[in-house]
Order: sequence, then structure tokens, then C-alpha cells
Amino acid sequence: MKYILMMNTPRGGDYQMMKWPKRDIEAHIGFMIQFNKKLSSAGELAGAEGLASPSQAKLVRAGEHGKPITDGVFPESKEFLAGYWIVDVDSPARAYQIAAEASAAPGVGGEPLNMAIEVREIMSGPPKDVE
Amino acid sequence: MTALSLDRRAEQLLRDLAPQVLGAVMRRFRDFTASEDAVQEALIAAAEQWPRDGVPDNPRGWLIQVALRRMTDHIRSEIARRSREAAVAADMPVVVAPALYSEAEIDADDTLVLLFMCCHPGLSPSSAVALTLRAVGGLTTAEIARAFLVPESTMAQRISRAKESIKRSPVPFQMPDSDARAQRLGAVLHVLYLIFNEGYTTSSGTELHRTDLSNEAIRLTRTVHKLLPADGEVAGLLALMLLTDARRAARTGAGGELIPLDEQDRSLWDGRAITEGVALVSAALSRGSPGEYQLQAAIAAVHDEAVRVETTDWPQILALYDLLQQMSGNPMIALNRAVATAMVHGPRAGLELLTALDDDDRLRRNHRLDAVRAHLLERAGDPDAAVVLYRQAAEKTTSVPERNYLLLRAARLSDAPP
Repeated sequence: MKYILMMNTPRGGDYQMMKWPKRDIEAHIGFMIQFNKKLSSAGELAGAEGLASPSQAKLVRAGEHGKPITDGVFPESKEFLAGYWIVDVDSPARAYQIAAEASAAPGVGGEPLNMAIEVREIMSGPPKDVE
Repeated sequence: MTALSLDRRAEQLLRDLAPQVLGAVMRRFRDFTASEDAVQEALIAAAEQWPRDGVPDNPRGWLIQVALRRMTDHIRSEIARRSREAAVAADMPVVVAPALYSEAEIDADDTLVLLFMCCHPGLSPSSAVALTLRAVGGLTTAEIARAFLVPESTMAQRISRAKESIKRSPVPFQMPDSDARAQRLGAVLHVLYLIFNEGYTTSSGTELHRTDLSNEAIRLTRTVHKLLPADGEVAGLLALMLLTDARRAARTGAGGELIPLDEQDRSLWDGRAITEGVALVSAALSRGSPGEYQLQAAIAAVHDEAVRVETTDWPQILALYDLLQQMSGNPMIALNRAVATAMVHGPRAGLELLTALDDDDRLRRNHRLDAVRAHLLERAGDPDAAVVLYRQAAEKTTSVPERNYLLLRAARLSDAPP
């Protein structure tokens, strides 16, 4: 079963690597690289992407004749998806365990960030035919 | 004896010949998909028969012969199918059965013509890139999809739409005439350059190098250079790729982090690639009338020839950028020229040149202008302003390794005691 693990953070919240000391940034980046490597070599990583800064984010709706209407820039307090992992695991418990590991990524002073990770199961294709 | 025990040399031979055979078949039948199937069948036949009977004296002729025969069979069965469906033979489209090919007809330029076709200006760059890798590079759709991090079905669609638009296009499958040729060759070189850069820097994801694409671009450019040895820009592009790729091992650290040119361990550079690149670009430049790829390669050569960063010949690099800027309207060139100016005349002179670029729309959303300005401000002794701009650049870049590099650069300055 596949799960998406979403890291939502408010702009200007805890996850503001931008202002951290150098060694804490390095520790955090190192943690993420190792974390992805571990998932990948365990055969559990189906995909992972970090998203570019929300400062350029836009909300888009179709207007007249399908013309795009864009909305942005957003207030600092709004929550944004910073990145996600898609894992292929045997049980929901395993997905939660992976999410907890990601949540404990080191922040300032090496302290665990304990950020909230939203875990959602990904819907699958049509069920197998009954034989 | 097993049927598929082709040795490495025969395997390499098949890979080199495949685009030539495809070109020869395409020359007679515009149908990309059917031609590809026919070539595929010829390659399978070779893989079965050659280990048993030995490699024929004229392997290319052998493959073309078999592929054309398959193509003829395919057309015959198409006619039969259509006549069964239509029942009225008179309405059938006239299909000229191909004459068996004669040796004289074989043209070494078939690979080149195929390349011209794949890099057709009517195709979008991403389609041209995919089709080139498929038809000329011989990569499988799955391999191309993996290299570009898209699902295989997406890449299969992109390739089949590209083939369709070639089938419909009025451009004949032949060498463009001399007027069109320079322009079309420019498009081919651009596509090869895109493939190389995609492999070298990667436009998305966390891995900085996707080695296979760079190697493939170098291999294809080498083929073009072999076919057009007198063309200075082809030689220039090949040199540029070799001289850039030579630094690959030094360009990233153990954790995948980006290491800038001035901090690289130069002993890790590939000396053989540098020697070859320098020789290529020197020979090309000595023929006069240098083009953009040759000048870019010449700049890369000056960097690569400096054993230590302090011995870099910046005045020569600046002179080359002066020439390049006269030739190109690309604002990235102007940006690099500002860096070279800073290295020769000091950071303030470089910063002054950057002000002229502030109004350039093409650079406004790009992180490079901020990053270069941050570097020059740091060198000019203004760390506070540099930190702000490094962070601004980090916000704008979409490359993970580059973002990390810029963040660390900012942190290094803001950590320092005042």
C-alpha cells in the first residue's frame, strides 16, 4: 500500500532553515539525504520531492473562456506544502513509523523539530477481477 | 552456443549502426514507427545470426537489407489487410515497392539526416530531445523516461506525438540545402547541448548529475563531429562538453553538495578529457571565425588549464567574454562577464556592470543575478548585504543542491562574529 507523507509548514514557522546557523543547516541536509537513501535502499521509497519556495506560489482558477486567473502572494502565516515522500509499505504502522522519523529531523542546535507530517493513503487502481 | 552471446564489440557495433540503418529506411519510408520496428527486427536477427554465422563483411549493408525486407513485408501485409477491408483494389493507395538497395546508395550522412529530422524546428525542444535519444541514441523509452524522471507512459506519448508530427511534416528526409543547413545544424547542436546540461545540472530533483545523459550527449556530438570534422561549432560544442564534464568528480561533495569551481579539488579533474577538449577547441579556433560554442569552450579550457585557482588567467577569460557578448544577446553571458570583470578589475567594477542587468525581464525571476551580486558583495566586504541576497537567491532557485549551497553560504557569513 502506498502512502503520501506531507510536510506542511507555515512560512515563518519553525522550519525556517534560512536563518539557522551553518552547522545546523548542514546537519539537517545530511539527515534528509541519509533518510532518503535509507528508504530507497529498503525498497520503500516510491518518490520524494521538495517544493520550491512558496514566495512564488500562486492559486489559479479558470476565469472566462478558461483563461487562468492567478492569486498570490500569500501571508507569511499561511501553511504550505514544503515537500513530500511517497512510500510503498506493508502496513499503515510502517508508514507512521517513517513519518515519525522524518518528523524528528534535526533543527536549531540539533534538537528534533517534531514537525507535523500528514499521512494519507493513496487510492489504488480498480480492484482485481473476481475469479 | 546461446543465441544472444554477442560480444561487447558486436553489441557496440549494433548500437552505432542502428541510427544509420534507421536513417536508410526512413529515407525511403517516412513512417517512423514502422521503420523503427523494421530496424528492431533486423537488430534481433543480427543478434541471433551473427554469433552463429559470424559478423558479415558489411554489417551495415546486411542490417539495411534485412530492415528493408521487413519493411516491404510490412507494406505488403498492409496492402493485403486494406484490400480485405476495402474489397476494392482500385481504390488502394499506390505503394511503390522499394528496389533492393544498392551499395552506392548507402550514405554515411543518414545518421546526420536522421538527426536533422529529430531536431526539426517544428518540434518542441523536449520532444526533439526525447526523439533524438530514442532514434539516434538508441535508448529505450523506459531509459529516457527514467532519465527525465517522468512516467514511462508520458514519455511514450511524447515520443509517439513527435513521430506523428514528423510523418505529417512536409520537410523531406534529405540533407537540407546549404542555406538551411547552418540553421538546422544550429538546432541539432542546441538539442545536444540541452541533453548534456540536463545530465550535468539536472533541472529537478536532488541528484546533481545524471551521468548517462551527459555521456549520451557526448557520444552523439562525437558522431556529428566525425561526420562534419570541418565544422568549428560542432568541434566547439564537443570540446565544451568534454571540458565541463572533466570537472564532474570534483563538482559535488560526499553528501551530494555543490562545490563551486574556485573550491574544487583540481586533482580530481579528468586530465584526459581536458587534453582532448583543449586540442579540439584550439584546432577549431585556429581556423578563424569562432562561434559561440567555441568561445564557451575556450573559456572552459582556460579554467581547466589552471592547476591552482590563483593561476587562472582572468584577463584572457574576460577578453573571451567580451567577444562572446558581442555575438550573443544572452543575459547569462553578461552576468558571467561581470564576474570576469570583478576578477580582473575588482568586485566594485563587477557590481557596476550588474546594475545594467536589473531591468532585464529574463533575469528578474532567475536566481543567478542575486547569487552573483551576493558573491561580489561578499568579496567587496559587505557581508550583511551579501547574506540578504544569498537568501533571496536560495528562495528563487529550483535546484535542491544549489539552494543548499546558497543557504550555507549565507549561514557562513551570518555565523561569523561581527
